[in-house]
Amino acid sequence: MIDYFAKHSDMLMSAFLEHLQIVFITLIISIVLAAVISYLLLKSKKATNITVNIFSQIYSIPSLALFALLIPLLGLGNKTAIPVLVLYNQYLLIRNIMTGMQQVDRSLLEAGTGMGMNKWQLVTKVQVPLAMPSIIAGIRLAIISTTGIATIAATINAGGLGKILLSGLRTMNTYKIAWGTILSVIIALVADMVLKLLEKKTKATKLNEI
Amino acid sequence: MISEIADYFSRHGKDYLALLGGHIGISFISVAIAMAVAVPIGIAVYRSKIGSTIAERSFGVLRIVPSLAVLIILIPIMGTGVLPSVTALTILAIPPILINTVQAFQTLPKAMLEAADGMGMSTAQKFFKVKLPLAFPLMFAGIRTAVIEVIASATLASYIGAGGLGDLIFTGLSLLRYSLLIIGGGSVAILSLLTGFVLDSIYKQITKYQRT
Amino acid sequence: MIAVELKNVNKQFKGQTTPALDNVSVQIEEGEFVTVLGSSGCGKTTLIKMLNRLYEADSGEIFLFGKNIKEQNPVELRRKIGYVIQQIGLFPHMTVKANIATIPKILKWDKKRIDKETDRMLRLVQLEPDEFRDRYPAQLSGGQQQRIGLARALICDPRIMLLDEPFGAIDAINREILQNELKAIHQKSGRTYLFVTHDIREALKLGTKVIIMNEGKILQYDTPENIINNPANEFVENLIRTAELKGGA
Repeated sequence: MIDYFAKHSDMLMSAFLEHLQIVFITLIISIVLAAVISYLLLKSKKATNITVNIFSQIYSIPSLALFALLIPLLGLGNKTAIPVLVLYNQYLLIRNIMTGMQQVDRSLLEAGTGMGMNKWQLVTKVQVPLAMPSIIAGIRLAIISTTGIATIAATINAGGLGKILLSGLRTMNTYKIAWGTILSVIIALVADMVLKLLEKKTKATKLNEI
Repeated sequence: MISEIADYFSRHGKDYLALLGGHIGISFISVAIAMAVAVPIGIAVYRSKIGSTIAERSFGVLRIVPSLAVLIILIPIMGTGVLPSVTALTILAIPPILINTVQAFQTLPKAMLEAADGMGMSTAQKFFKVKLPLAFPLMFAGIRTAVIEVIASATLASYIGAGGLGDLIFTGLSLLRYSLLIIGGGSVAILSLLTGFVLDSIYKQITKYQRT
Repeated sequence: MIAVELKNVNKQFKGQTTPALDNVSVQIEEGEFVTVLGSSGCGKTTLIKMLNRLYEADSGEIFLFGKNIKEQNPVELRRKIGYVIQQIGLFPHMTVKANIATIPKILKWDKKRIDKETDRMLRLVQLEPDEFRDRYPAQLSGGQQQRIGLARALICDPRIMLLDEPFGAIDAINREILQNELKAIHQKSGRTYLFVTHDIREALKLGTKVIIMNEGKILQYDTPENIINNPANEFVENLIRTAELKGGA
């Protein structure tokens, strides 16, 4: 196994980096989009529930199906994969952002308004910092989800570690299959551990501040 | 586009139903087996902290492994076709059911269990009349998650010869026939949404008593 | 007849430095309404949980109506005892009627008897059967829920009722109403009641006799009048004084 890695490290590493790239780009776009949508939803609890509901229905649609439905519109490869991945992440991100924001103690918001903060300041200086653990949990789930679905995107010609898995399947190359799996698990595992630590850290400061 | 789709159904109606049936079939079997495995294990370990942590951790790992990998890993061992597919799908379905079963039993309100003991229920009576009915909603939520996960992965499993609606998608990809992509993708999407809707309705029914 | 007898009962829980029950002995006559009074940790809840064997004594003997409870099957024993707890513990997935009829169903009473007795119990606790029979606990107030809890304990007409701070979670107004109703039910039934509370006034108001406990020991077991007029020691004296300070016993 190690032999195989040594001999084919270029190929494996390039797929690994490609995968990271896709996850990273997707994540940035997803977070920005989710942040904008969440800010707009802060006004209405009803609108929030409806929106989260719609995205949760989308999230439950199998990825391959969503890819298949959008290929006629967007074409093969990353052009369809990334929009779909961004779409899936909205459910996880918006749900966690909104839950985190809504759980902020009303009295703190009252105190802030009383001090003379406007809405933007309340959001950025009070709500978001206190909602951090929940937001980071959402990002963590989004990364794991994106990593997994990105491997599937290889079936529609996107890049990344899925390519290694599929090629391994075609040629019955167990090393390829093993390494493809291990490398994608590594991405998810590292992201999971790092973000869980961040979550804990933001939880601790949250309690200290109160 | 619409004419192409209509054309497909008129010519291949029977094949379509076979694929749909196959998809539902392997999904159903996999969830059934997963329940038969996960629920007893959950009930056996929920009382012990060590037991439940081991069970949760070992199966929790599966949530991080991409489902495609789980499918493909089994092929060198089991070949292609229905067997490795059902095995992979069952393995994917176990974590949510197991974790929810353990949680459900661990979070039973102590006051009710004390009342049951105090009034003179035997262990078996307490389990079937109080514990199981009260644990069921959370267990059911786990089953719902598993079903949706399995329907999705069954779509992928077509790639390794399991049959099912994924076949339409993969054929559509290789021939670049958009009509097949839309029929395949659309069918899976509708199947998934419909199943989710039905399961949610059932859930609302079984938890009716919780609402004032 | 002596309904309850404890002889030199000791109980210590793991990890605790002092015993929950320290060489406790007492005899309770049938038909009494005995309130067990003390602050948290005095052993009052432990005492009654010994009687239905939810806790087992480390040493000593306990007799219910002359029979040693260790010689009886615990499950059978509990079906002959009515048990009511502070958190009520109604089964949320069962209707009011099903809750009350839990043990009768297990004992395989016939349908007619169950229907008749559950309605009778509902009327006994001042709830209109037609209105409440088919409701679910989530739809009831705390006071109503505890009435159902009482009905559930009373339906088999047990010779002894154990109540562990049953009104502790209920608002003051309803608490007083329930206290009066419970006293009336007891007087009509002639059964033996053990009622745990940390509320001095509740203890003195309801009890035909009162057990005062502290640190696992029984300090005094007497009628409310005797406790007020002849407190056994300084602790009891202080207890009475605080009750009077709050506006009279």
